[in-house]
Amino acid sequence: MISIWFFIGVSLLVNGLLILCAGIYEFWHPPAQQVVLYNLHASVWWGALMTVIGSGYCYFFKPGQKKA
Amino acid sequence: MTLPYAAVETTPLVHLSTADFIIVVFYFALVLAIGFYLRGRANTGEDFFMAGREMTAWVAGLSFLSANLGALELMGWAGSAYQYGILATHWYWIGAIPAMLFLALVMMPFYYISKTHSVPGYLKLRFGEPARAVSAVSFAFMTVLMSGVNMFAMAKVMQIVLGWDINKSIWLSAATVAIYVALGGLRSAIFNEVLQFFLIWAGALLIPILGLYEAGGWANMKAQIAARASEQYVHMWSGLGSFTDNPMGINWAGIVFGLAAVISMGYWTTDFLVVQRILAAKDIRSAEMAPIIGAGFKMFVPLIVILPGLLGLAVLPMKLVPESVAAVTGAHSYNDVLPLMLARYCGPGLLGLGITALIAGFMSGMAGNVTAFTTVWTYDIYRPLINSKGTDHHYVNMGRWTTVIGVLISIGTAYLVMQFASIMDYVQALFSFFIAPLFGTVILGMLWKRATGPGGFLGLLCGTLSSIGMWAWVKVDPSALRYVALSPHAKALAQDMFQALWSFLVCVIVTVVVSLATKPKTDAELTNLVYGLTPVPSVGNIPVYQKPVFWAGVVGVVFVILNIIFW
Repeated sequence: MISIWFFIGVSLLVNGLLILCAGIYEFWHPPAQQVVLYNLHASVWWGALMTVIGSGYCYFFKPGQKKA
Repeated sequence: MTLPYAAVETTPLVHLSTADFIIVVFYFALVLAIGFYLRGRANTGEDFFMAGREMTAWVAGLSFLSANLGALELMGWAGSAYQYGILATHWYWIGAIPAMLFLALVMMPFYYISKTHSVPGYLKLRFGEPARAVSAVSFAFMTVLMSGVNMFAMAKVMQIVLGWDINKSIWLSAATVAIYVALGGLRSAIFNEVLQFFLIWAGALLIPILGLYEAGGWANMKAQIAARASEQYVHMWSGLGSFTDNPMGINWAGIVFGLAAVISMGYWTTDFLVVQRILAAKDIRSAEMAPIIGAGFKMFVPLIVILPGLLGLAVLPMKLVPESVAAVTGAHSYNDVLPLMLARYCGPGLLGLGITALIAGFMSGMAGNVTAFTTVWTYDIYRPLINSKGTDHHYVNMGRWTTVIGVLISIGTAYLVMQFASIMDYVQALFSFFIAPLFGTVILGMLWKRATGPGGFLGLLCGTLSSIGMWAWVKVDPSALRYVALSPHAKALAQDMFQALWSFLVCVIVTVVVSLATKPKTDAELTNLVYGLTPVPSVGNIPVYQKPVFWAGVVGVVFVILNIIFW
């Protein structure tokens, strides 16, 4: 049975990559209306953090390794 | 908590980009995929209704917390933090942690060893059919009604925040929950709740991080709140000496005896919506550890709920107003504080994640209601009162159909609320009528072997009726609040606390008096149901650091330290 933690890993990984890509795009193409603290580029580092954590979960709980 | 339901048409607070839409759509696809994947593992009653009783402590614990961490909880309490300040944290600390630890160490062994499917099921074993019938019917009725109210409120929030069509929001979210619960039963609901727990944290944690950065740290935030509102907005206990010294209009007795000792105990230990997740644990140690893990995380939920509300007070340029004023003026209400903070800091991608967190919170709360309703209907109403001779397969099918029917009734309720908005307030008040007396009945049943069936039944009935009576009294004559809440300066929240306390006491007194006047059950009949007659199962010969009581102590110490820090 696929572990619940693997599903969580997939969710964090996919969402993290999407946010990271959106953040990088925004970095090179700054929007006309910017959010407060835009200069911190939260999308980039938050997306990267989610991607790393999601990758870890996917690796350690990939199907066939551990039970839910 | 009440959320926006006034019929106002406003410009959406935020607009989603393509990346945001993809994130929202991916979330729906993933929860449905989990439901389809688990459909083959929900063929027996134990599988469908109790998730096979094979959940680990972590899965059961996070699901236990997630079922309570609904979107209304997130947005409503963030709004309360803006309105009342850090006092709202009492609902997360003293209004939750002691009760969760009490459930783990004292009550869970009884629930677990009795192998009951539900809290009404325990009442049947302990007090007989009448007590179960009262509890099951009232719980089933209120659960499905609450689910509908929440569904409407969430759809309304999506309309206000995103400009989404209210009908599409209701049907899309309801259909998704119905599909994944009907396919995979409680296991599917639990898996999705754990997923939703992670998404809620991932989507909401950035707000306090960026908010504190903008405000210049905790000390600067406090100074700004003191300047814009009051010094009392950042103290948890120092203003509770009297009803007039704090923005909530409540005193320490209401918080300690009403909230912590009765309402919180009632909710966290007898509300089947949350207890069902723990009953799915794989062994007694997991069943005891699950609420402790939940309590550990619960202590930090104020980071993503209360802190955004406080930061809103400090950094938002506009002043938020009560719902009734917002409905007339078109200004933003207290309850908009979380979406406003989300829109303030989150660009493309992050905004989609934040909106997904809100949707996930809503769906975890709704799935909790639906699975609890399905189990109580099938095992505590349909089987004992309508068809007691069905096969296990028949009851599983009944569970699947009840899931769909429960969701449809919820949708009907949502549309009813749309027509008659005041129903929302009544339904939320109704729900509180049952919690406090039910706790009195269950706790006496577990700890006092002399309590009898007639005592338990009449205590539960009188406690509930007294709660309804007090509520109606204040509704007809608002000045009666001075008697119910012991002060003319008390406000609405204080009424809830004291009303719960009195109804609990009525329940206990009636149960004791009637029990002493009726024939007691024999010890043999009470084995595995009552303290002193039940060999409490051991967690085994394990190191101290693996024992539930050790971790309960750790959580308890952190809880005390936090209260002192924010005194």
